[in-house]
Amino acid sequence: MTGFLTRPMADLSIWLALPIALLLVLGGLITLIGALGLLRLPNFYQRIHGPAVFITVGTGCFLIASMLYFSGTLERPVVHELLITAFVLLTAPIVSMLTMRAAVYRDLRARRKASDEPTTAYQFPDDE
Amino acid sequence: MTGLMLTAALGFALLCVMLALIFCGIRLLLGPTAQDRVLALDSLWMAAMLFILLLGIRFSSVVYFEAALLVALIGFVSSIALAKFLIRGEIIE
Repeated sequence: MTGFLTRPMADLSIWLALPIALLLVLGGLITLIGALGLLRLPNFYQRIHGPAVFITVGTGCFLIASMLYFSGTLERPVVHELLITAFVLLTAPIVSMLTMRAAVYRDLRARRKASDEPTTAYQFPDDE
Repeated sequence: MTGLMLTAALGFALLCVMLALIFCGIRLLLGPTAQDRVLALDSLWMAAMLFILLLGIRFSSVVYFEAALLVALIGFVSSIALAKFLIRGEIIE
C-alpha cells in the first residue's frame, strides 16, 4: 500500500467535483475554527460554543460531501450518511446541555463553599 | 483534473481535522476544571469521527462509514456518562 496517500482520486464531473471540494474546504475551516475556539477562549461558558459549531456545521458539510462523492462514484444515490447526520444532530444538544448543567452545578457549589473569595467563573445574578 | 482538485481539497480537510484533534488534545491535557476535560473529550470523539469519515472518502470505501457511526455512538454514551457523573457523583442511581 505504498503511495496510497499520493494516489489521485477518481475523476468526477466538474459540476460534481466543485461542490464536493468547496464543502470539504469549508468543513475543514469550520472544524479548525471550532477547535481553536475550544483551545483559546478564556472561560468554560465561552469555550462550549466552539465544539458546538464544528459538531453541527462541520459534520454537516463533510457528510454532504461524502454523500455527493459516493453517489458520483457508485453511480447510484447513497444516502446512508443521513444516519450519522440525524444521530449527531439529535445527540449534540443533549451532551451540550448536560455538560453545561454539570458546569453550572459545580460552579454554584464551589461558590457556595468559598463565597467570600471572588471566582473567575461566570457570575450569576443574586437569588435574594 | 478534477481528481487532483478533490485530492487537494481532501488533504486540506484532513490537515484541518488533524489540527483540531491536536487542539482538543491540548485542551484535554491542560483543562483547568473537570468539565473542561469532559467537553474536550467529547470534541475529541467528534473530531475523530470526522477524521474516519474523511479517510472513507479518501480511500473510496464505504466500510469506514460504519466505524464513524460506532465512534459517534460510543462518544455520545461516554460523554453522557461523564457529565452525569459530574452532576451527581454517580452514574446510575
